[in-house]
Parts: sequence; C-alpha cells; structure tokens
Amino acid sequence: MHIHEYQAKDVLRSYGVPVPDGFAAMDADEAQAAAGKLPGPVFVVKAQIHAGGRGKGSFKELGADAGGGVRLARSADEVREHAAQMLNNTLVTVQTGPDGKQVNRLYVEAGSQIDKEFYLSLLVDRATGFTSFVVSTEGGMDIETVAHETPEKILTLGVDPATGFMPHHGRAVAKALGLTGDLAKQAGALAGKLYTAFMARDMEMLEINPLVLTGDGQLRCLDAKMGFDSNALSRHPDIAEMRDETEEDAKEIEASRHDLSYIALDGDIGCMVNGAGLAMGTMDIIKYHGGTPANFLDVGGGATAEKVAAAFKIITADPNVKGILVNIFGGIMRCDVIAEGIITAVKEVGLSVPLVVRLEGTKVAEGKKIIEESGLNVISADDLDDAAQKIVKAVGDLS
Amino acid sequence: MSILINKDTRVLCQGMTGKTATFHTKAALEFGTKMVGGVAPGKGGSTHLDLSVFDTVLEARQATDADASVIYVPPLFAADAICEAIQAEIPLIVCITEGIPVLDMQRVNRALSGSKSRLIGPNCPGLITTDECKIGIMPASIFRKGSVGIVSRSGTLTYEAVFQTSQQGLGQTTAVGIGGDPIKGTEFIDVLELFLADPATESIVMIGEIGGQAEEDAAQFLADEARRGRSKPTVGFIAGRTAPPGRRMGHAGAVISGGKGGAEDKIAAMRDAGLRVSPTPAKIGETLVGLLKGQPEEAQPTAAE
Repeated sequence: MHIHEYQAKDVLRSYGVPVPDGFAAMDADEAQAAAGKLPGPVFVVKAQIHAGGRGKGSFKELGADAGGGVRLARSADEVREHAAQMLNNTLVTVQTGPDGKQVNRLYVEAGSQIDKEFYLSLLVDRATGFTSFVVSTEGGMDIETVAHETPEKILTLGVDPATGFMPHHGRAVAKALGLTGDLAKQAGALAGKLYTAFMARDMEMLEINPLVLTGDGQLRCLDAKMGFDSNALSRHPDIAEMRDETEEDAKEIEASRHDLSYIALDGDIGCMVNGAGLAMGTMDIIKYHGGTPANFLDVGGGATAEKVAAAFKIITADPNVKGILVNIFGGIMRCDVIAEGIITAVKEVGLSVPLVVRLEGTKVAEGKKIIEESGLNVISADDLDDAAQKIVKAVGDLS
Repeated sequence: MSILINKDTRVLCQGMTGKTATFHTKAALEFGTKMVGGVAPGKGGSTHLDLSVFDTVLEARQATDADASVIYVPPLFAADAICEAIQAEIPLIVCITEGIPVLDMQRVNRALSGSKSRLIGPNCPGLITTDECKIGIMPASIFRKGSVGIVSRSGTLTYEAVFQTSQQGLGQTTAVGIGGDPIKGTEFIDVLELFLADPATESIVMIGEIGGQAEEDAAQFLADEARRGRSKPTVGFIAGRTAPPGRRMGHAGAVISGGKGGAEDKIAAMRDAGLRVSPTPAKIGETLVGLLKGQPEEAQPTAAE
C-alpha cells in the first residue's frame, strides 16, 4: 500500500527526519490558510497523487502552458490561485498513463533554497534478504535512468538485520553522497533515522528523491515516496487508515475486500485462476493463442463458493470482457466448490459472454458433474491448452 | 532414491489443531507420511488425530525424534514458529503459511544461516516423494512414481508439471515447491544440486516466474555444473511473460522492476545454460518427452509485444 507525500512526511517527522514545514489542503481556502501558517516568502503547491513526475506533468483540462503538478508561489493569494487550478482537475504524468489522475488533495510547503540534490532510498534487496540503501549523487532524476546510463554513480549498501544500522553505514552513505564534515554527520544521522522508520513501520519502499542541501547548510527530504508491506498492515492500524481508495482501481479494491488478488489489464478475456503462477501462466497461454487477458485474478488456495462468486462478479462487471476462462487446478481448492461458486454467480448476475471452464485436481469429477447438470451454457475444456484455444476462438467468433 | 524426504522421514506439525492443518494432516496420514506428533502452545498433553500434542517444538522433537516439521500457523506468528523449529534443531522445516511480512522473513533468514536447519518456503505447497512421504498441501492423486525431479516457485504450476509428467508416463521422484516470497529458505540451486546428485532422478523440470534473479542464478549453476560433466536433461518454464512491469502479480516476489526480473531475460538465461524451455504451461510434459527422445525443439513464441 502506498500513501501520499504529505502523509509520508508526517511519518518521517515522527522519526525526527528533517523535512520542510508544510500542511495538507483539501480545498483552495485550506491552501491559502496553510500558506498563512508558513514563513514565506516562497511557497510550493504540490498535487498529491500516487504517481511520480508531477512537476513535469500537465493538466488535461488546462492549456499546455498552465504549469504542472508542483508550482512555486510568492504569496498566499497566489497559492490559492494555483490550488483552485489544480484541484479536481486531471494530472497526467509519465507514471499515470494517458488517463491521468484526478487531484483531490494538495500539499502546501515552505519553499527551500536548493544548493544540491541527492538520491536516497531504502528497500529489501531480495538477493541478500537485507534492507538496503540505494544512494546516488544524481538527485531529482529517475533512478532507473541513472542505473541504466551511469551505474557507477549508484551505491547499494545492505544492512545486516543481526546488527541493524551502525555508524559505519552512516559514514558509507555520507561518502557516497560526497559529503564531509558537519554535512557527513547530518547524512549519517538522517540515514539512521530512515532505517529506523523503515524497519519499525514494515515499509516495502522508502524513496527520498530529491534529498536536498539547502542554502543554509541543512539536509532535508524534499520529496518522499513510501510503500508498506500489505502483509504487515494489521500491525500498523494508523498507517492502514491512510489508504486513499480514490487512488486505486475500484475493481481491485472490491477484490481486496474478498481477499482476492486482482489486477485489471487491457484485454478482453477475463480470467479466474487459482495460484499466482498458474494465473500468470494462463495469461501467457491466452496471448500465445492470439487472445489478450482482461485481468490477472488469483482466487487463492482456500476459496469458498462465496469468494468464487465474488470473483466472477468482478470479472463480469468489466465492460471490456468478451469471454471468460476459468482455470482451476485443485490442491487445497476443491473443484466442486469452484463449480458451485460459478453457478451461484451466474444465476445471480447472468452470463452474456462465452464461458470456458477447465477443472483439474481434487474432486474434479464432482466439479465437472455439477457444471454439466446445471444446464448452463458452459464450454468445458480437457486441459489448459484446449481451454485457452476454446476461449480465444469463442471471443474471436464474436467480433 | 529421492531427495529431502522418504518413507522414514518423521514429521511434526506446528499448529496442528487448526482447521487447515487438521485437513492436511489427515491427508498426509492417508498418504502414508510418518506423522509423529503436533505442536500447539497451551494444548500439550492432549491428542489430536491420535497424535500426541506438545507445547513446544523442543519437547516434541525430544519425544518423537522428528526430523521434519511442517508449519501451518497464521502469518503474523509464522516467523516465531520457524525460529522455534530452528532453535530446536529440526533438520527440515517446511512453512506453508502465505502472507508473512517480509521483514519477519529477514530475521528468519538470518537465524537460518549457520543453523542446523533447512527451510522450504514460506508460501509454498510443500513437497512430495512419490509413494513415500507427503509434506504440505499438494494433491497426491496426480503423482506417479517415476524419474523426474520437479522444482517450482509456483504452487499450482507445480501441480501442472506433476500432472503432465504423470500423463506422459514419466512420473516423479520428488516434487518441491520452494514458494513465491522474495525472501525464502531453499532456493532453486539448492534443490537442483540435490536432483543432480540423486541417482533416481533422470531428468528435471524447473518452473520459475518473473521477479528477482533466482532463475538466472540457477541457470548459471546448471551451466557451470554441466561444464564439470554433471548434467541431466532439464526443461524450464517461466510464468509471467505477458505481465505488465511494476505490478505485483499475486506472489510478493512476482514483480518486474527496474528492467530486471523479466521473463525474456530468464528464458534466455535458461536456453543459454542448455535447458529446453516449454513454450506454454500446457506443454511442460510434452517438451520434456521431446527432449528425452532427442527430438528437435518446437518454434518458440515471439516476445510479448
């Protein structure tokens, strides 16, 4: 789960990490009031969406020269003007895709005089299993571009969980940033606080880009992206409350309520599969036979008939879906349970597109019998290859 | 012969009195697995499914001389359960639990290094040595005794590979699901090493998915071993060829990020190492038969656009 910049900065402040002063604003009045609480003379108005590239982005509803999602202002009135322009309009950035994202929240921050920009992030490196710093002098840039073009400018530094963060890690981070003296001490302390916050709050990703050196010789986190391990959210109810559902796909939210793993895609064949690997494999084989998957959907191991019915409804609610492939290899999951779930859902929401069902594994004979006796217009398949070919053909015949 | 487990393996179950564990312990007993006891804190001294229940893993190990433990405890308590088994020096620990926080696994991983235990999983279906021992949740009915060793990051794709190699009449020695989490105990390389050393295993199926570098590392390992004259016919498959970058596909580990961990790179690494790659998840068995019969390879699908 990701949170907004203003929320991430609140979390960082609570760990003593230096961030510029600022206030969240939900409307133009609040934005103007926020500016009144800051010293000035320069303010920054920042659109709060879960995507990067805001500064270079543009608003769909405004002209090309109207400015992006991060703007400077020199008075509270100007802050208000920018806020009024940005709120409720659609910001398109390199990371939002062409549809963009509606701006519902703003962050008004004290302007900083920037002498230098750096990059600093934390994540779990799966090769070592350690929480690792990624450090670069190339701040304010897309780190993947830096990694591609000038990999020598990036240092990756793992922290052994047996020792936790130690002073030598701080010195290494400062060295990689090219800092000495007091600034090196600041960098070491800042890195330690970031590590503490990362570990204490079960983060998955913490990216400070840019970390800046201000005109008065202070290191500050000018932007912050924060993602959390969804498996650990129940230990952090305050973080869980920060979830902004307007930032997520409605179908994905509905799926997560039923503990289903669902991702919307661009194609027209809806898929319902058990197991993440088989779900990906099913998408692959649909494409191999010339079709395109409309979604990734893993119903998980211990699904009930209700869960299967919920999954089926989410798939059929997608207007792009022209056919459905159900592919279940029962281990824990019993094929008869799946069959009952499908029939329940079809009776409730109807079935206007071709449905191919492939069942295998535990209780397969019972499952197939339930489907056959239901009288529903279901195309049954013998194996995965057969199933993929049948659904691709059925959808192809429609168009 | 087989790897990791056989008819003599004595198995404990941690969290045995829970609903899922009860279901799968019954299935393991029916299969013929030598279940020797269970652990459920606070329920020591009782019996469940006619097996003795203990409060701690250490007590259970001392009383039963177990050499493996399977864990079905809920995700937020699973790291503690694994570490308790490590502390009790259980040689083989299999954790089925899905959804363990990654920072919990970070500590578990540290506790494993230098210990006397091997961990399989978490978030895995377990393993089966055909006709001898079943630990975990794999459906026994699709297995058939034979000569193929199977190792996979994905649960249901393991079943697919087992099912297809059974249908082709090849059968399996042992099938191991190593699990889809980013931090896990046993990796591909560990299992491949065991399969190469096992005389009963004549060929290998390895199923990976997008995310991470483990498939590339495993391919490199097989290439290095082949240069030393150790090799067995091996078929590979990678799931997630059509997955969009940056999105997590169910498994916490299955995400392509920073241009790394993509399917095409993994497939290329497998082919460079001399593996034959199955073009779809439905052709794993057929591809292996073709390889064993010395038939030429089928045309590969082009890269996903």
